[in-house]
Amino acid sequence: MVTQSIRMTVNGQRHEGTVEPRLLLVHFLRDHLGLTGTHIGCDTSQCGACAVLLNDEAVKSCTLFAVQADGADLTTIEGIATGEQLHPIQEGFRAEHGLQCGYCTPGMVIAAYDLLRGNPDPTEAEIRHALHGNICRCTGYQHIVKAIQHAAEALRTQDAAVVGGAR
Amino acid sequence: MIPEAFEYTAPATLAEAIELLARHGDDAKVLAGGHSLIPMMKLRLASPGLLVDIGRIAELRGIRRQGDAVTIGATTTHAELEESGDLRERFPIMAEAATVIGDPLVRHRGTFGGSLAHADPAGDWPAVALALDATIHATGPNGDRSIPAREFFLDLFTSALEPGELLTAVDLPDTAAGSGMAYEKFAHPASGYAVVGVAAVIGMDADGVCRDCRIGITGAGAKATRADATEMMLLGERLTDERIRQASRQAAAGIDLLSDLVASERYRAHLVAALTERALCTAWERARPLAAKNDWYAD
Repeated sequence: MVTQSIRMTVNGQRHEGTVEPRLLLVHFLRDHLGLTGTHIGCDTSQCGACAVLLNDEAVKSCTLFAVQADGADLTTIEGIATGEQLHPIQEGFRAEHGLQCGYCTPGMVIAAYDLLRGNPDPTEAEIRHALHGNICRCTGYQHIVKAIQHAAEALRTQDAAVVGGAR
Repeated sequence: MIPEAFEYTAPATLAEAIELLARHGDDAKVLAGGHSLIPMMKLRLASPGLLVDIGRIAELRGIRRQGDAVTIGATTTHAELEESGDLRERFPIMAEAATVIGDPLVRHRGTFGGSLAHADPAGDWPAVALALDATIHATGPNGDRSIPAREFFLDLFTSALEPGELLTAVDLPDTAAGSGMAYEKFAHPASGYAVVGVAAVIGMDADGVCRDCRIGITGAGAKATRADATEMMLLGERLTDERIRQASRQAAAGIDLLSDLVASERYRAHLVAALTERALCTAWERARPLAAKNDWYAD
């Protein structure tokens, strides 16, 4: 078995690992680093449950080999809050009932984070466009859209950078 | 889903990548954004022995403007094309097409060159490359080569790239500088791929006569093609809605139409005509303000 050494920064912490090239990034995060907040939904780059930030861009970690992320800076859902204090996006999902089963939520939060960093005051249409790669099977999307609107407003009024707690 | 085991290498230069591809032959596959290849590997439809990741080759990435023409590096992502200020003014169709590819997360990884080289019959970029008369640059063990988009798409998932050749960049010529352009797509409801996609470029002289008409169609047949019959019916003519409608009915001429669960041959024929008409009308509308001050076609 051929293996390769990789290193990356995940939620501000440096990690090293020895992996087979075929190991998917999502499996590296979940199985090697124990960061199981990143979910595997469809495993076919459709659903977005596995979304993480790779060098500040939301990507689907089921469609990336861990070796491709060698040297990268990653943020997973575990890196979004500041300690016990929820990030405004997470707070928005809580306040607006943006989740039922919660399976899609980590990916939704990551996608929303990516959106709000570039567009702090999105229209509803822009929010829905930004969530095009994230599928929810419980709520429909209405509450998720509201959650993100809630978060956008909170972030704007508290004059905090969306980079709040995340790395 | 776990792919079969493979070896992985990420060369830092184009020369190294070419050398690796030459040395490993059919056993090697080029990995760019991976958003076609990795799903295929997970399904074990592809099981290369070696992946040559070109994602770390700096010279292959980015958008360079030269006057009104633009060169796009192979590993430039869909998201970069969507957001590029260099493209927005002269080639607004690039952002228009980019934003309907996959979803935002996919667009952060998927690449322009990868999409063209993959020659997916339902890919969006082939139609756009055809309508813009793009030139595709490739480098292989025997040196560099330039391939007009019209000669690039050969068949289902088959391009004019030779074994060991790597698509390096794409030129968008400035011939569309005074033209209006538009991309219309009927997307597969689940995959987002084009059931049919039509890219149209229309240029008019100051008298309102159509002097430039280029139409690229994807999704309809095994490969993306130009709608030559439609173009011929419009070139040199004063455009009207009715003339565009008539010409659009010929857009599927010569295409061996695909038929699948989503769209029958007959329905695809309808989509080709309808989307061609829409793309042409939008491109025409966008060309009008340009035509009045257009000296591009002054002989």
